Amino acid sequence: MDLDFSPEDETFREEVRTFLNDKLPPRLANKVRTGQRLSKEDMEEWHAILHERGWLANHWPEEWGGTGWSVMQRFIFELETAIAHAPRVVPFGTSMLAPVLIKYGSEEQCRHYLPRILDGTDWWCQGYSEPGAGSDLASLKTQAVREGDHYIVNGQKTWTTLGQHADWIFCLVRTSNEGKRQEGISFLLIDMKTPGIEVRPIKLLDGDAEVNEVFFTDVKVPVENLVGEENKGWTYAKYLLTYERTNIAGVGASIAMFERLKEVANTTYRNGKPLSEDPLYAARLAKLEIDLENMKTTNLRVLDAAGAGHAPVAESSMLKIRGTEIRQEMNDLMRRAAGRYAQPFIDEALDEGYNGEPVGPEWAAPVAGQYFNNRKLSIFGGSNEVQREIITKAVLEL
Amino acid sequence: MDFSIGEDRQMLVDSLSRYFADKADWKVREAAIASEAGFDRDVWNGMAELGVLGALFGEDAGGFGGSPFDIGVVFKEAGRALSTGPFLATLMAGKVLEAAGDADTLEGVISGEKILTFANDPAVSADGRPVDATTAAKSGDGWALTGQKGVVDYLGSADLIVVTAEMDGSTASFLVERGASGASTRDYPLIDGGSAGELTLSNTPAKLISDDAGAIDAAIAAGLVATSWEAVGVMEVLRDSTLDYLKTRKQFGIPIGKFQALQHRMATLALEIEQAWSAAINAAAYFDKDTATRDRYCSAAKFSIGQVGRLAAEEAIQMHGGIGMTWELPLSHYAKRMTMLGHVLGDDDLHLSRFIELSKAA
Repeated sequence: MDLDFSPEDETFREEVRTFLNDKLPPRLANKVRTGQRLSKEDMEEWHAILHERGWLANHWPEEWGGTGWSVMQRFIFELETAIAHAPRVVPFGTSMLAPVLIKYGSEEQCRHYLPRILDGTDWWCQGYSEPGAGSDLASLKTQAVREGDHYIVNGQKTWTTLGQHADWIFCLVRTSNEGKRQEGISFLLIDMKTPGIEVRPIKLLDGDAEVNEVFFTDVKVPVENLVGEENKGWTYAKYLLTYERTNIAGVGASIAMFERLKEVANTTYRNGKPLSEDPLYAARLAKLEIDLENMKTTNLRVLDAAGAGHAPVAESSMLKIRGTEIRQEMNDLMRRAAGRYAQPFIDEALDEGYNGEPVGPEWAAPVAGQYFNNRKLSIFGGSNEVQREIITKAVLEL
Repeated sequence: MDFSIGEDRQMLVDSLSRYFADKADWKVREAAIASEAGFDRDVWNGMAELGVLGALFGEDAGGFGGSPFDIGVVFKEAGRALSTGPFLATLMAGKVLEAAGDADTLEGVISGEKILTFANDPAVSADGRPVDATTAAKSGDGWALTGQKGVVDYLGSADLIVVTAEMDGSTASFLVERGASGASTRDYPLIDGGSAGELTLSNTPAKLISDDAGAIDAAIAAGLVATSWEAVGVMEVLRDSTLDYLKTRKQFGIPIGKFQALQHRMATLALEIEQAWSAAINAAAYFDKDTATRDRYCSAAKFSIGQVGRLAAEEAIQMHGGIGMTWELPLSHYAKRMTMLGHVLGDDDLHLSRFIELSKAA
């Protein structure tokens, strides 16, 4: 056994670091590091920089613009970009729609949509959840009825992240009410400019509106926008559950955040000494660090097995659960560190160019909001309870 | 990066696992833990013949392994088989001898001829305070030790004892022979199987092994790696037996594994055991870095197996229900061993504190 990266992987890591050093705009890194809001332009800027280097869709097949990287190289890339505080690549086009198109879409669809994802022409959003279909996704009701060359779509999607910026939405829609619920679902691509679509922001508990409701009223969608076969959409949606989830633990993001947490603990004083020397706080911090170190190795073991051809279904679920728990615990420790200065709620302080005096410690403004916002981590992408169901079925075979 | 244990180690694991299955089944264990020695000497000697003890030490010391992963795989198998015997004492005392280049003494131990133990922790007296540290004084050409050591593994069977004692303001290691003058012992069985004893030394003649306190720390670190891997072996059995039980035990007309309350707890337990396994791997993988790094990962591992081990033991008993409480069910002995391993070489609280201290220095 040996936990070191191979010399080739170390060389690759240097290449990534050099790239980040040269190309990651310090302005963006600082916004990510300090928890300021990212604008659409910020996200597009980083998207374009990665695209220029050919690393945006690094997990795609090379023929479509991928890199041919190994799972370990992809992990290293995620790790290093997160540690450098690069913005996260908006995943909806590159990581969620594209793999489905490549696997199940037509050649024509791939030729049309994939280059537009790469160059940023189309901003995609995801139309999966509905008000009555959360963890029980197969109960979705948004209906698509075939009329000649079109589907007529009626219904409502919700929790559509960054839908306010989107040009297109990929949707799971009901095309049949016969047989099993899962067998009447289709995967449809819909232009957000089509008449009959309305996007309404949902304000979340932290005051931000990153998610939306999307309403469909008699929306006409050309039949060529169907991906794969009618009524096979559930298979395509499930495919994403096994695709590219080896980095689901967010180890890089957690390492970056832990470094910041340690800085805060060392420079924040309580009862005359740094928080890092308070025995109870230090114990919380140490438990978190040990859990994170363990998870990093667990993640590498999963990657190692994936590299050898083992599809990590249950393992991905374990990584999702523990990865999100660790991040939530970090958010909790950050807000504790702020003491009462977690409370002041100055919305503008989270925007770029805010010149006001900080209230309390300069890092304190976003921490409570981040804590509240990241309660989502254990809910989305299959709630942690759904992940336990997957582990139950897949490894425990109960 | 490589997570395979390697061909040679796999062969060792396979032969050890076969050996335990053939020669040390549950009946043998029951007889062993009921005996005064607390382990089966024939099983122990057979293991020595297989080369299991040699795997714990390097070639210069007469072994053929000695790396943290060699140690780890042996202890993980011993954990899976819940084997009793002076594994840990042999490892730690042997590592002290190995560091001092004393291959002669080790030869008899590796062959199984001599039983070796390690007397490091001071005894605790009835008032709850540890007794004064054992001290070494010059005596003629050699040394004489005075003091009391507590819970010394398999003391009653030991031919040789590596004793730590204060000498000129630092800790040194000494070798004491069975029946040496002024040495007395009080032996007792352990709740998780095996035996130990209290050792009293009064001006007892001893041979100086080494005045290198670092060698003692390194031996304890090897003990922490071993204990962590052993714990993972025990946990795996707890997990797998509990899983089997969930599939076969019926209540309300269906296997209890169909109840979500138990499914999710089992999923959590499986996840935690993966994390503990990663911690044990880390402890072995970072063993040969600087001592601060080594000790930091050893403490992280001992903390992790302390936490997860308790969960595994308690959940295994709870999910088994009443039958999990019985002596008759092997699982209950695994649960006891798992819990008691938490007490060996410092518990999770102690190692969390140590991890915090070591992290400050880093």
